[in-house]
Amino acid sequence: MVEFNLPKNSRVTGGKTHAAPEGAAKTRDFKVYRWDPDGGDNPSVDTYTIDLDTCGPMVLDALIKIKNEIDPTLTFRRSCREGVCGSCAMNIDGTNTLACTKFIDEVNGDIKVYPLPHMPVVKDLVPDLTQAYAQYTSIEPWLKTTTPAPERERLQSQEDREKLDGLWECILCFSCTTSCPSYWWNAERYLGPAVLLQAYRWIADSRDEAAGERLDNLEDPFRLYRCHTIMNCTKTCPKSLNPAQAIGEIKKLMIARRG
Amino acid sequence: MSARNRPLSPHLQVYRPQMTSILSITHRLTGVALALGAILLVYWLAAAASGAEVFEDARGLIGSWIGRLALFGWTLALFYHLCNGIRHLFWDAGHGYALPDAERSGWAVLAATVVLTLAAWIAGYAMRGGV
Repeated sequence: MVEFNLPKNSRVTGGKTHAAPEGAAKTRDFKVYRWDPDGGDNPSVDTYTIDLDTCGPMVLDALIKIKNEIDPTLTFRRSCREGVCGSCAMNIDGTNTLACTKFIDEVNGDIKVYPLPHMPVVKDLVPDLTQAYAQYTSIEPWLKTTTPAPERERLQSQEDREKLDGLWECILCFSCTTSCPSYWWNAERYLGPAVLLQAYRWIADSRDEAAGERLDNLEDPFRLYRCHTIMNCTKTCPKSLNPAQAIGEIKKLMIARRG
Repeated sequence: MSARNRPLSPHLQVYRPQMTSILSITHRLTGVALALGAILLVYWLAAAASGAEVFEDARGLIGSWIGRLALFGWTLALFYHLCNGIRHLFWDAGHGYALPDAERSGWAVLAATVVLTLAAWIAGYAMRGGV
């Protein structure tokens, strides 16, 4: 349902300030969303002034520096630090991206860091992705076949393999899904761009034999058709993929099979 | 603490408006404006059916500067909704999803909206023979 304002317990109030160490020449202010599940307080935004001369170039470097040197309670997910795991997806400077591939220099002014938008917050920058993962499960993201298995692997021509380019690269960081206003208002029923791009990845796979069944599962006013081509997904994808186009391809197939 | 008490992370409050998302919400808003404008159209037709005197009143109301301003806004909404609707038809046919294309078509919609609105008003006043 459309709800423009945040619920009472979610409104951001106050926040602590952590000054830069003395003698720091080149500093930037990081404004970071904080919420502690063990306290009874509302979320806040803490300000950390970071000495860039002693910090790596990425936003993730700054977050790790804060955690290591200033405030060990700061909580965020990270793993690969090179844009392939999708763990450190968050809202930086107003759009969703991976903290590990976002240069601090790309941001003008203060660097504002929030969790992925419109999600339940577990702690600080960690959103609860349970629902998104359940939706991913619902599209049955594996090769489905009815023909008997060949003796070797199921083969695919180079042309058919190329149809998966721009789809297989998705790392399921959910930057796109949580950038989508349609998903904000209809998360219980709309699958969102990441899951729909994945759905199309299996529909488009020449080795998969369940395309009809997969389309049946998506033929629903909400699961697929809440996409209104707002394009926030494509605009924000840190891997430069195009979920809006994948959704458009699914919609085309829906019409094509009606004959 | 139960999961129920988890706060909802900020969304509209922090998400930077994008050129494409602004055009999208404008499509929705102009659609609503057109629905409201349809009431004006019904009023005008009903007035015409009710006789010369009532129609004169309607003419006076719609012809006043505030009426013309509303009408201008309505024309703008109509042409925007029309042009952007055509943009949506191209998307539905599978074209124009690449980000540079989507942004270019957005600018084209805006330009066409302004040009068509002005052309409609210039043509309208020309046919009337003046302001």
